[in-house]
Amino acid sequence: MDYSQFLMMPQEIGLLLVFLLVFVYDTFMPQRSQDKLPLFTAILFALYAIYSFVPGQMGQAFGGMFEANPATWVMKNILNLGVLLVILQAVKWSNEDHVAIRRGEFYELLLLTLLGMFLMISARHFLLFVIGLETASLPIAALAAFEKRYYESREAAAKYIFTAVFSSAIFMLGISFVYGISGSLYFTDIATSIIGHKSALLIAAVAFVIAGVGFKLSLVPFHLWTADVYQGAPTAVTSYLSVISKGAAAFSFLVILTQVFGSAYAQVWEWMLYALIILTITLGNLFAIRQRNLKRFLAFSSISQAGYIMLGIIAVNTTGLASMMYYILVYIFSNLAAFGVIGVIERATGKVSMDDYNGLFRTNPWLAFTMMLAMFSLGGIPPFAGFFSKFFIFVGACQQGSVAIYVLVLIALVNTIISLYYYLLVVKAMFLRQDDCSVPYIDSHWTEEIGLTVCVMGIIALGLASGVYTRLSDIADSVTGIFALI
Amino acid sequence: MPLSYTIAVIAIPLFMFLFLGLAGVKMSRKLTGVLGVIAMAVTTIIAYGVALTYFFGTGQDQVGADGVRQAVTVFNPAWLSFTDTMVVRMGILLDPIAAMMLIVVCTVSFMVHLYSLGYMSDHDGNAEQGFQRYYAYLALFTFSMLGLVVATNLFQIFVFFEMVGVSSYLLIGFYYSSPAANHASKKAFIVTRLADLFFLLGIMILSYYTQTFDFSQLVFGANGANDMAVAQSAIASAGGATFLGCSVMAWALTFIFIGGAGKSAMYPLHIWLPDAMEGPTPVSALIHAATMVVAGVFLVARLFPLYVLEQGAMEIICVVGAFTAFYAAAIACVQSDIKRALAFSTISQIAFMMTSLAVSSSNSAMIEIHGGTGLGYMASMFHLFTHAMFKALLFLCAGAIIHAVHSNENDKMHGLHKFMPITSIAFLIGCLAIAGIPPFAGFWSKDEILVAAYHKGFFWGLWMSMVAGMTAFHMFRIYFLIFFWKKHEIHTHHAPKDQPWTMTLPLIILATISIVAGFVPAHDLVTWNGKALETQLDWTVAGSSVLIALIGIALAYKLYYKENDLPERMKNGALGLWTAAYHRFYMDELYQFITHKVIFQGICVPIAWFDRHIIDGFFNMLASATGSASFAIRRLQSGSIQGYVYVYLLGVLLLAAVTMLCVLI
Repeated sequence: MDYSQFLMMPQEIGLLLVFLLVFVYDTFMPQRSQDKLPLFTAILFALYAIYSFVPGQMGQAFGGMFEANPATWVMKNILNLGVLLVILQAVKWSNEDHVAIRRGEFYELLLLTLLGMFLMISARHFLLFVIGLETASLPIAALAAFEKRYYESREAAAKYIFTAVFSSAIFMLGISFVYGISGSLYFTDIATSIIGHKSALLIAAVAFVIAGVGFKLSLVPFHLWTADVYQGAPTAVTSYLSVISKGAAAFSFLVILTQVFGSAYAQVWEWMLYALIILTITLGNLFAIRQRNLKRFLAFSSISQAGYIMLGIIAVNTTGLASMMYYILVYIFSNLAAFGVIGVIERATGKVSMDDYNGLFRTNPWLAFTMMLAMFSLGGIPPFAGFFSKFFIFVGACQQGSVAIYVLVLIALVNTIISLYYYLLVVKAMFLRQDDCSVPYIDSHWTEEIGLTVCVMGIIALGLASGVYTRLSDIADSVTGIFALI
Repeated sequence: MPLSYTIAVIAIPLFMFLFLGLAGVKMSRKLTGVLGVIAMAVTTIIAYGVALTYFFGTGQDQVGADGVRQAVTVFNPAWLSFTDTMVVRMGILLDPIAAMMLIVVCTVSFMVHLYSLGYMSDHDGNAEQGFQRYYAYLALFTFSMLGLVVATNLFQIFVFFEMVGVSSYLLIGFYYSSPAANHASKKAFIVTRLADLFFLLGIMILSYYTQTFDFSQLVFGANGANDMAVAQSAIASAGGATFLGCSVMAWALTFIFIGGAGKSAMYPLHIWLPDAMEGPTPVSALIHAATMVVAGVFLVARLFPLYVLEQGAMEIICVVGAFTAFYAAAIACVQSDIKRALAFSTISQIAFMMTSLAVSSSNSAMIEIHGGTGLGYMASMFHLFTHAMFKALLFLCAGAIIHAVHSNENDKMHGLHKFMPITSIAFLIGCLAIAGIPPFAGFWSKDEILVAAYHKGFFWGLWMSMVAGMTAFHMFRIYFLIFFWKKHEIHTHHAPKDQPWTMTLPLIILATISIVAGFVPAHDLVTWNGKALETQLDWTVAGSSVLIALIGIALAYKLYYKENDLPERMKNGALGLWTAAYHRFYMDELYQFITHKVIFQGICVPIAWFDRHIIDGFFNMLASATGSASFAIRRLQSGSIQGYVYVYLLGVLLLAAVTMLCVLI
């Protein structure tokens, strides 16, 4: 075996190393230094995240099962950044008494799921992809149940694992159909053998695969678990689920749809995706309007946001790819800012209802300010990053050029207006409702402050620094091979 | 002094604006004022140094080998580049009129800065709020106006046109708690903005065809002075394109003139200027008498060679100018508010300058072939200079009087001569100057305007002479009504008296200038092509104009020197003419009718209805539909995991089935 192939996976190996070190620390370090574990993990992960900015070798490894290209490299870095923010937000919480005994597992499982996502992103063979998918799915159930003394947390875990297993089964069924048609599990082989193929089996296979990945993205109608899990799981897990898991799934979704089913685009999955996007954006918004629990509220908001991310896939061009990666990056900052604030307040007071946020500005001006920026960015208000990410994703979709896509973009735009309503509800509660202040002043931990500061800077700077998008656009242009089949 | 020092003339006021605007509130009122005055004094000294160097220096860069005074571009960095050829620059250009304007703007601005120390110190007996703000605005205005006059290109002029508009708006509305001041500032801003819209259109058309904004490519020739050949090629770049029967260049230049007419208060865009008198009186002296309102004249003078070649546009200017001169002079004869009377007199005098520019080019051949001289151009610029001085003087006198009696109305004044002798004499000097009595400044410049008008045609000369007579009459009417008429009734607790020295000194300086400014050799310095102009006094014109002025003064003396009922009887016998003129011939009411009844009722109300019912209705429908849909689907999220899986399965099967139906069948 040619061991130099491992040079193509520096990020995976580095991540494994971080995991092993954390594991060793957790297992062998004396009890009194255990409360330093979260910080140790954060620093180690930060070093690793910086290191992984060094591009490794590009190319295909292990007989074409694994591929490293500039797009996968930058996508993994984006996810690293997000996970670092999640870890920073979790440091204080994981040292709380009721979870402290299990904090090692929290970080280990977190890192392992990330490893699974990296495999999803780089897999070019369905076997490896499924391994990645399962590695990324199953530990999350354990994470969701992390605060197991709470009923909601247990319920969340149960619902998650049940739906995950179900969707995995559907996904596997889809893959077995594909195998039946093509006799291979390699993406490239499947792609060549289904050119010009038009059968009920293929359509069913595509629908099942879309459903399987759509579960992770929580596309409507595969989304029903989302709200319950988001609400019940610890906030750190929820934020992880809402951005990291979604980002990885979106990228691998794009790879599968273009590189495996690219030749069946126009007949089959374009319209499936079209319908799913409309459903996802609209229903996500409609449900979000009614929510009073902020975690549930953000669950539906994230469903709707996933629909916008899908616009980058249906565009099937490099602008779509670049804008999708940019969208995920911006979404990480915005959503983690929101969840960060929620996490801080929940940790200190246990309150997550929107009514509890009335007059937050008076007692916690910085938290309120951060939350406001997050809401503005999620709602797409210029000049914050969220405006530009929506703008680019619409541009990418419009470049595809068909009238149907214009209609789709129009629907998405109308939904943006609707979403503004509920995002501003939060801002209104924090700033304009001054009658009662149920949340006292909160002294947030410095790790939380760093995390939130990075998010705020990201929200403000990403919109103004045009270089980031340009760089992503260059990277997307360098991997045009992804769209070769379209 | 090196010409590059002009940058300091621009930079100091800008700095003072920022400094006083930001740090002013932290400083005492007195310190702010003194700092403002000192900074303006330095600016004025540098401006004089630069301008005198430009006019009288012998450096090769300003006077060419052929004795032509050149336009000097001190510096001109690029600011925005639209295309390779079309670049917006921000620079400094010195030519005779720019250098002259530097002197005018800085002199008057300095006088006003100094004067305001006393005038603005109290407001109806209370300490003036916003003293610092006032000086910051003054600095902003000075900066904007100076940036306008040294502009190297049309776009820069436009930018600074807007900025003087803004500072004018801020200063008119300085007493923002008074509704009248608020209305006036809004009116001024809206009317001039409307005119500027045309200005921008004109710039766009012009630059579209000529592919440049720069004066150096539009009007200045190789020798650095205005050059007809360059203007000819600029006009020719339109390739004879026409729109509605007129050449596009004529349209462009007319639009640009409309922009200038807005700022210069030409009929029918004059309506904002009388109302602008709601601002503090020193501001009226600076902005609405001496500097900003001549921006339009300056603009036309700047593009003079282009206008000469487009006689259609020039004819419009001529007619508008001549009519405005008469119209405003007529209204000024009956106004009872001293500042408004002065405002109409200003409008009339600016119209004089406009007309003078226009008659100067009545025949382009006159300029080029017959050894024509562009006398009107020189006279116009000369009059701009002298008028700025004596009109500023008159306004500052008016300010002193208002300061003393706390009212703008004539009938609160009367008989002030005894109480305010210095002001009275200064006002008299101003009146003599504006009436055109030798040897005061106005005589020399107005005389040359009349000569130029007679060059165009006897009718134009006669018309302008008549307006000059009316000017003499209405100015002396004000003078006699304020200072004589009858014994002064003391309305306030204290008898009115002359003002503190900070207010008196500017009056004395400006009065002196008003006496001697006529002897400035303008015909050597400020000519359209940079060459000295041979002029001699035309005794027929000079004699007749002095005679007409004297008749006007005598008439005013007869009617208004001593209290009598003759004016009242004339008023009643004038068949409503007096009332009409007093109400400014109902122009404001006409505008009111057009905007409120025609535009608001006819256009805005339907649009508002459309907006409220159709647009809002659509969004309300969207909102309520969204709300009810959100309510209707709430059961989907049941919380039961079996239900979730059913929906999941149903979804994926439906997806597959529908696609199969569509693709396979």
